Amino acid sequence: MSTTVILFSILAIAAIATGVSVIINKNPVASAMSLILHFFALAGLYLTLNAQFLAAIQILVYAGAIMVLVVFVVMLLNLGKESALTERFNPRTGIAVSMGVLLIAQLAIAFFGQPTGYNQLSDKAALNGTAESIGTVLFTEYLFPFEAISLLLLVAIVGSILLAKKQQKESV
Amino acid sequence: MIDSYIPLIIMVSVGFLFGLSNIVLAQFLGPRKNKTKVKLEPYECGIEPTTSARERFSIKFYMTAMLFILFDIEIVFMYPWAIQFKELGMVGFIAMNLFMILLFAGFIYVIKKGALQWR
Amino acid sequence: MEQWLVQSLVLGLKMFLIVNGLLIAAAYLVYFERKISAWIQNRIGPNRVGPLGLFQSFADVFKLYLKEDIIPTLANKGFHAIAPVISIGIAIAVYAVIPFGEYFYLGGEKVYLSIAPHINVGLLFILGMSSVGVYGLTLAGWSSNNKYSLLGGLRSSAQMISYELSMGLSLIGVLMISGSLDLMQIVQSQTGGQWNIFFQPLGFIIFLVSAFAETNRTPFDLPEAEPELVGGYHTEYSGMKFGLFFLAEYVNMVTACAMMVLLFFGGWDVPFLYETLGLEQGSVLRALVQFGVVVGKMIPFLFLFIQTRWSLPRFRYDQLMSLGWKVMLPLALANIAVTGIIMMIFQ
Repeated sequence: MSTTVILFSILAIAAIATGVSVIINKNPVASAMSLILHFFALAGLYLTLNAQFLAAIQILVYAGAIMVLVVFVVMLLNLGKESALTERFNPRTGIAVSMGVLLIAQLAIAFFGQPTGYNQLSDKAALNGTAESIGTVLFTEYLFPFEAISLLLLVAIVGSILLAKKQQKESV
Repeated sequence: MIDSYIPLIIMVSVGFLFGLSNIVLAQFLGPRKNKTKVKLEPYECGIEPTTSARERFSIKFYMTAMLFILFDIEIVFMYPWAIQFKELGMVGFIAMNLFMILLFAGFIYVIKKGALQWR
Repeated sequence: MEQWLVQSLVLGLKMFLIVNGLLIAAAYLVYFERKISAWIQNRIGPNRVGPLGLFQSFADVFKLYLKEDIIPTLANKGFHAIAPVISIGIAIAVYAVIPFGEYFYLGGEKVYLSIAPHINVGLLFILGMSSVGVYGLTLAGWSSNNKYSLLGGLRSSAQMISYELSMGLSLIGVLMISGSLDLMQIVQSQTGGQWNIFFQPLGFIIFLVSAFAETNRTPFDLPEAEPELVGGYHTEYSGMKFGLFFLAEYVNMVTACAMMVLLFFGGWDVPFLYETLGLEQGSVLRALVQFGVVVGKMIPFLFLFIQTRWSLPRFRYDQLMSLGWKVMLPLALANIAVTGIIMMIFQ
């Protein structure tokens, strides 16, 4: 087995374990911390796919930025007793479980129906994940989506301010 | 390529193992005695703590975190641009200027709305 | 198989050296911090343990080990224990990509002076890890269930994320000149006295200020502002758990200085030094000199960190936030635009 396969197996197990722990943990902060670990495992998985830049961004943006807000919220909203989080049976749970089973079955069929095995990525493919090649592609081929993103972010900034400001006026 | 990342992964685990082992070691070396109820209370300069510390906090912290995410994402787009700056030439420069002007417009809006006013 | 064994041995040795080097560096930084503060305040400072008090820090470490570990009743025990581990773990982990020199040949084996030398996104790794370091302080503040701790943890996280933005932006100019995220290549692009400080003076100042804020050093040490918050996020910490926070702060300081040297001051580059000494590429001696140059360049910055702490008063929180958002951020953006225009003209 190559290093990639070994690493993939470890990281995949870690990702699943941390993912499960996000859901089953009663303490919301523990869930958030598991989610951070999960993002680290995902970053590792990106590495096995030679997507180095994406792996770094996964840590920088997801683990380092987005989770800060999530942690702020779960820490300080003061959910109080853990019993407040226990939920009664919900028809949604049944639907979600059956959907999940369906997804797993679909993946299994796709995987065992056409076993492609593990293919070593070519040397050229290995370079696609570097920051340099992403820079080149982003600013030539995908220039318009890139500019559109700046508009999207502008809207997000305005939206977040509007949400917060409205709350503030009521409290004053 | 993945091989060059293995030392990095090991180093990350070494760092965490170092911290963990120190804490475990200190558990064995340090004394374990004299744990009275008052000693284990939260420290509030001698006054008896009344309420839980986990109260609701100013919305400004949330605002800061939200704006941080948005600006952080904008910066992330600048890294690949910056290292390819010489190769991309004028087109890349103009594209990034457009991007930065929009970012700056958002920034001005934030300042004008007083969302970052900490008083 | 034989080569595999040699490589792992070299790797293990390098990690051992780095971790212990950091411990010793932190120990003597604490010593010098106390000595320099004493001189500034017209005192003597530590002078009892060993000659000139040189072993004071080691005595302190032993003391920390032998202290009772107090966990408040209301604290979340698990998170209370994990928080310092996160802080120190991340502080050490970033040294995987920090090079202290190029390489040398040891019996045909090419040995790099960094743990993971071929990381294409090394700088992003450092930035990413340091942004994750926020959780150490936040968790410490939250898990202690103490009002001072929580406030300290909150303040520190809001402060660190705010200054992360200007820190990230201040480095864009360097990246534009160097064209790489690999620290080794960034240093190599500055060979021959073309240090980035000459092209990016504003970028360096923004980076310096952000680095002070990121390491929670005065004048940005709001998270542990003693007069108002007792000890800040580590109010409820004692013994080695507190020691790890303390250690992490000093390791982060060393990291910040190393980054300043590597990114702005040419790393191991000194014009004509290696040619004059006649040290050829790949020799052990050259690697040693390179290591010495990097460490030598770091010392003035470490001194600056210490000297600033004992000379400047602390900011008020609103001043700190408005400096980060309203001064540093637009300045960093302007720096990028100006750098871009100048590079476009001279290309």
